[in-house]
Amino acid sequence: MHGDGTRVAARESPDSDQPITDQVSDADEGQVAARSGSRHGAPKAPRRRDARRSGEGLRDGSAAGKKPRSRADLVRTGVAGLGQTLITFGLVVLLFVVYELFVTDLFTNQRQEELTQELRENWGDDPTVSGPDLPGGGLSSIPLGEGFAFIRIPAFGVDYVKVVIEGTDPDELEQGPGHYVDSAMPGELGNFSLAGHRVGKGSPFLDLDRLQPGDSVVIETSDMWFTYVVLGDPTTGSFDADPSGIPGLEIVSPQDVDVVFPIPGVDDSSVEPTAAYLTLTTCHPKFSAEQRLIIHAILNGPGLPRADYPDGPPALTGG
Amino acid sequence: MYTWIWRVLPGGLPGKLVGSLVLIAGVSALLLFIVFPWVEPMLPFNDITVE
Repeated sequence: MHGDGTRVAARESPDSDQPITDQVSDADEGQVAARSGSRHGAPKAPRRRDARRSGEGLRDGSAAGKKPRSRADLVRTGVAGLGQTLITFGLVVLLFVVYELFVTDLFTNQRQEELTQELRENWGDDPTVSGPDLPGGGLSSIPLGEGFAFIRIPAFGVDYVKVVIEGTDPDELEQGPGHYVDSAMPGELGNFSLAGHRVGKGSPFLDLDRLQPGDSVVIETSDMWFTYVVLGDPTTGSFDADPSGIPGLEIVSPQDVDVVFPIPGVDDSSVEPTAAYLTLTTCHPKFSAEQRLIIHAILNGPGLPRADYPDGPPALTGG
Repeated sequence: MYTWIWRVLPGGLPGKLVGSLVLIAGVSALLLFIVFPWVEPMLPFNDITVE
């Protein structure tokens, strides 16, 4: 009876924040009682149920200076808990932004380095074998997620080099610019189309909107350099003034798949492409997926063998 | 919640500080390496392809 009374008292102790289990020991009760500041660790007399009830207030009162669990305290605890939850949620969202903007860059850059090394090794192992990246080599011959070419955009700096990966699923795009699997290969007649992230994941296409007509986009395959130039009129800077009628830069809705058709914007499969185009797609505006920013370019001259131009085509060497 | 964590962390003030940092690092790593990569594909703002 003695112990019972103590246990009940401890469990009902208004000041203990810790849940008191039924297995609570006498020592624990002592602690709880001590912490709560009450001196009733060993009640002098056995209490009747009603006495305990009515004595509750008195005991609380005797625990002077400590917080009795009144209704106001419950409200305070609830509000504090809600506040902490909201702050925690805010911090998590903030951390997610940091993740999107910076941490994914680290992941992607590391992956790009690995891919670069793999690709260089593949190409270096046996230069006489033409890899699956050759024009006309067959679209299905490149496994999804495998790097098969480098893209360089001199306007973004001499150190702008990214490995192009086959496929445009999220798994591929988080590694680098991805090639639309049904589109042409580098140098082929048709439309060599790539998608890339605008912000985060290495941000390969962050500055696509800064490209000007006539800017070069250089694609390096296992044995060739292909130099594409952004469509439009370089003298006026107008993207829409290209003789082909295809704009160098356009902003479209995500459903406008005709930008990656063999002839950009021509939704007619019976018309055979007579030129080799390059199309880059990314999201627009930044941080949004509302629209797509599209760059169209056209192959400038024939591809140059890497054997003859080890340092790159004139667009890269400034010649 | 934070009050409770602070109270149950052992080792006096230094121990509590170290314990807090370890907990923060652990939770951050869990979020950055497991939760965020998992949740990211379900969010809409990473669509960059036309389809």
